[in-house]
Amino acid sequence: MANKLIGEMSLPKRFTYIFAARNIITAKEALSMTELQLMELLDVAMKDVKSAISFISEAASPPCLSARSLLEHKLAKEHLSGHLPTHLKGLDAALCGGIPFGVLTELVGPPGIGKSQFCMKLALSASFPSAYGGLDGRVIYIDVESKFSSRRVIEMGLNSFPQVFHLKGMAQEMAGRILVLRPTSLSSFTESIQEIKHSILQNQVKLLVIDSMTALLSGENKPGPQRHHQLGWHISFLKSLAEFSRIPIVVTNQVRSRNRDETSQYAFQAKLEDGFQKHARTYDSHLVAALGINWAHAVTIRLILEAKSGGRIIKVAKSPISPPLAFPFHITSGGISLLSDNGTELKGPEINSIQARGHSDVINFHGDCSY
Amino acid sequence: METSTLPLSSSIRGKLISAGYTSLSSISSVSSTDLARDVDITEEEAFEVSKMANQITGSNGNINGSKNAWDMLNEEESLPRITTSCSDLDKILGGGISCRDVTEIGGVPGIGKTQIGIQLSVNVQIPRECGGLGGKAIYIDTEGSFMVERALQIAEACVEDMEEYTGFIHKHFKANQVKMKPNDLLENILYFRVCSYTEQIALVNHLDKFISENKDVKVIIVDSITFHFRQDFDDLSQRTRVLSEMALKFMKLAKKFSLAVVLLNQVTTKYTEGSFQLALALGDSWSHSCTNRVILYWNGDERYAYIDKSPSLPSASASYTVTTKGLRNSSSSSKRVKMM
Repeated sequence: MANKLIGEMSLPKRFTYIFAARNIITAKEALSMTELQLMELLDVAMKDVKSAISFISEAASPPCLSARSLLEHKLAKEHLSGHLPTHLKGLDAALCGGIPFGVLTELVGPPGIGKSQFCMKLALSASFPSAYGGLDGRVIYIDVESKFSSRRVIEMGLNSFPQVFHLKGMAQEMAGRILVLRPTSLSSFTESIQEIKHSILQNQVKLLVIDSMTALLSGENKPGPQRHHQLGWHISFLKSLAEFSRIPIVVTNQVRSRNRDETSQYAFQAKLEDGFQKHARTYDSHLVAALGINWAHAVTIRLILEAKSGGRIIKVAKSPISPPLAFPFHITSGGISLLSDNGTELKGPEINSIQARGHSDVINFHGDCSY
Repeated sequence: METSTLPLSSSIRGKLISAGYTSLSSISSVSSTDLARDVDITEEEAFEVSKMANQITGSNGNINGSKNAWDMLNEEESLPRITTSCSDLDKILGGGISCRDVTEIGGVPGIGKTQIGIQLSVNVQIPRECGGLGGKAIYIDTEGSFMVERALQIAEACVEDMEEYTGFIHKHFKANQVKMKPNDLLENILYFRVCSYTEQIALVNHLDKFISENKDVKVIIVDSITFHFRQDFDDLSQRTRVLSEMALKFMKLAKKFSLAVVLLNQVTTKYTEGSFQLALALGDSWSHSCTNRVILYWNGDERYAYIDKSPSLPSASASYTVTTKGLRNSSSSSKRVKMM
């Protein structure tokens, strides 16, 4: 609605001409200025500016919905009331049914922990027929790190959904629904997500996976602030893409080691004399998510995959719906599976810490691929 | 006071100044008809100009729109506050989020900003009989993080609590129960999904009219004020100007309809005094825009809220937790509210 034309807003004719004469064509251009600036530019009285602004504002405002109609719409119109099941019972229960439609969900973790495994399983579950708990749609898988393996996907399918996958031609059908893109630079990625926007609506795409977001940026040799800004556009584009096409978007994020001068404190906290602080410091791990705090604000759900004393753990680190829970998991030939469906609730710094200790076991799966 | 301080279009201002009306007192000393003839503007325009000039120079003790401090005190004391459902937090806030004020709440991702937003949009509807405001909520979602399932959970818990409360009061009158259902609570959350900063500005401009048409709105929650301005705005000084105008409009809405405005803000890292520290986003001049500022942070294993700025409250911190039912007192807190 930001680009609505002022000329088409049934504004009094007089104003329409004034705006057009000053080359202010869209609502965006008019509203990016303060009232005083506009008055200066258009050379009309304050009263007139105010009434013109309120006209334009009304036309450019988003519609109002009640939360109740939102809920009813969700229950009635959307498959599985707007969630893509992960087929991990405990996690699905915590997230009210799975990865929600319309928002960004992020997976963070050290290399080799199973982020791509998780993504591939999700891709499979979205392409599945709805009779078996899938979304019966296509999947776009943006594979920046070249980790997608069709063989592995089919193997996962055979082992975790044998009843479906042993049907003749099913493997081909399912795998055929997953479209893999391999952009090599941020600019080609930018181009392809803009194309995707159109194809999502036409082609029944039900899931978008980006594995990983970080790898896209590491290829660019731009200095700090520039880099930060480049991502800004992608954040808002991806968020609105998820919102308008009502699909889940899953992105992965790498980890990096924490810089020495980085703190997680406010200025006032240093003033509070508190024993807790020191305690918190020593508790901190050395790893942090590679994309900074601006990105972290943008994702709605953050799942952290980490390794702790030999075992793998998946944590719900940020979610508007679930308390911070941790589930131990392992990776089998059928993909990720939880060792226990009862999550343990986490507290304080535990929630966001990322551990990679004692994680040396290579993912090994011995499944026969007969398809 | 000079003529150039009046909010006038540049052509009228130019005419006034070139005709010698450089000070406000010179304008207010002539009648509007004389002004119109002297300066060569229409009668209506001249009337507006002299009205503005008179308002500002108004010489009598009762300046237009002013109130004395005693009346303000009485008014403030009668103002209701919106409970956060966490009594420790309410205590440091002086009883809850105050109406007629703009309160900014910020914190790191996952600390519970959206949770507070949803909780307040439910709590504002607690009927007057139960000590609430019985109002409606406007929820402006810029990030898409409003989860209606979560709102339902919190609404259900709120209804349970209210039933308990009324059950306690009307032990002997079974018929007198509150007949509120979780779905009714959702009905009164008016939700706007804002997808660009233009829409955000437009909506804030439009709210005045919207609230006049939809009576009983008692809280406006913006989750978050930051998002679009942080991503797409290139010209930073323009951003500051647009944001401060927006803040003024929120303040005006808060006063006019005596409702609470809660702006949720994100966190950024800032380099001060030789080290990086966390600070709320949008820069220093934005920090002046809100009346109250609350920062949410982790302290050891617990979530804490800290009053960073408030004209009437002492700075203090209190712990809280986010449970399935919503915001609650921290279980382990042996009521240790710290005053500083």
